[in-house]
Amino acid sequence: MLKITDLKVNYGGIEAVKGISFEVPGKSIVTLIGANGAGKSTTLRTISGLVRPASGKIEFLGEDITGMDVPTIVSKGITLVPEGRRIFPDLTVLENLRLGAYLRKDNIDSDLNWIFDLFPRLKERQWQLGGTLSGGEQQMLAVGRALMSRPKLLMMDEPSLGLAPLVVRDIFRIIKRINEEGVTILLIEQNANMALQTADIGYVLETGRITMSGTGSELLSNPAVKEAYLGS
Amino acid sequence: MDFINQNLPYILAGISVGGQYALIAIGYTMVYGILRLINFAHGDLFMAAGLIMIYLTASLPLYIAIPLDLIIIAVLGFLIERVAYKPLRNAPRMSIMISAIGVSYLLQNVALYVTGGLAKTYPTIPWISNSVTIFGATTKVVTLVTPVLTLILVVALVLLINNTKIGMAMRAVSRDFETSQLMGIKINTVISVTFIIGSLLAAVGSMLYFTNYTAVTPISGSMPGLKCFVAAVFGGIGSIPGAVIGAFLIGICENIIKGLGWTTFSDAFTFALLIVILIAKPTGLFGEKSTDKV
Repeated sequence: MLKITDLKVNYGGIEAVKGISFEVPGKSIVTLIGANGAGKSTTLRTISGLVRPASGKIEFLGEDITGMDVPTIVSKGITLVPEGRRIFPDLTVLENLRLGAYLRKDNIDSDLNWIFDLFPRLKERQWQLGGTLSGGEQQMLAVGRALMSRPKLLMMDEPSLGLAPLVVRDIFRIIKRINEEGVTILLIEQNANMALQTADIGYVLETGRITMSGTGSELLSNPAVKEAYLGS
Repeated sequence: MDFINQNLPYILAGISVGGQYALIAIGYTMVYGILRLINFAHGDLFMAAGLIMIYLTASLPLYIAIPLDLIIIAVLGFLIERVAYKPLRNAPRMSIMISAIGVSYLLQNVALYVTGGLAKTYPTIPWISNSVTIFGATTKVVTLVTPVLTLILVVALVLLINNTKIGMAMRAVSRDFETSQLMGIKINTVISVTFIIGSLLAAVGSMLYFTNYTAVTPISGSMPGLKCFVAAVFGGIGSIPGAVIGAFLIGICENIIKGLGWTTFSDAFTFALLIVILIAKPTGLFGEKSTDKV
């Protein structure tokens, strides 16, 4: 579904991504794991169009989308849940969700119900300002808002960041469920354990290069991954 | 009661001028809200609206000249943003501010060139230039029309911002450019719409304002522009209701001071007020409170 070929990205004067290639098959959950500064966020930001690559190619559903602007890429079906949630604090929960469907011209009521079904807390709080939600609820809002665009590929940048372990488990349960409903997921995480347990395919990113890849369970049992990312 | 009777003309004039200031101040506050830019060219755009109106009415009937003036100013506001501010979107904020000062002087100097530096007489717009007597005070109809028209336009604007899709996009963009793009919002379109709305309101303001002042010079926009900027700061820059209330307060205070016979000090009052606000409450009456949650 998504094919990255020899992607190089310069970011803030340094070469953050040094020529990576990987694929995200349709209906799968793919994760990129790696330490701070490995180039994970930069990769997602480049795919979503926020950052322009220095070279390389990004193909989505057979179409070259390299260098397209962000709204165009969203309209093709790729949505990013940004790092740190970035919900709109002075808009209501409902308005945040409606913004997620900004490009859609069709009726969004059934999707709103779908989101409220996934996240019942958001339904209770739909008239509250986004800024009044707790961290976990804000993450749910960020995911719900992204789903409102009806993405084919949902990209998530560290959805577990700064959340309590119980909430993290909730988030990953929901990621699984969204995937079962047919949305392909590209996830980046520092929480390698949870990410690899959830993912079909994993890639390990180290200082801008992919150093290992395999299925989630293969990487979980790989001694090098264990030592570097699972802390055992 | 004696005080009211004596000062009624001044209070009426104050409300009227306040409404005119409000229409200009909204442009400052909206642009600041979205770009964090003090658009120094806004006052000069207001002057340009006056001058263009003079040249248009020289050869066209009013019912064509008025809408045409509005359209030209909206296009001018749009072009100023595209040419002078958009290329600096990722530049430090100081650069775009200098660019705004440059546009301000450019407009003034073009006006100086076109008019030859002579004051041009503003056309009489029939009906609103007529005199009326209200509670024993004689004034022009425009004095009464201004606050009503201002309130209608402000209510329409607030409804647009709170209840429409483009309004929701404006609120989102004013908060966070990058995330707005991720929603599929084209920020350049939203910014252009903001400039067009601000310019249109300034053009309406200029028609009401210059009807009272009879002549337009190339620097006619500087003082009202500056005062409206103060009004926007007073109300809390970025807040539309704040700018409107600030503008009415400044307009009324200024005219009461004139009524007390201290005309010389009426401008000084406005700027003294600015200093006091910046010291006592830098965020203004309705300034943005930060509700970020990390």
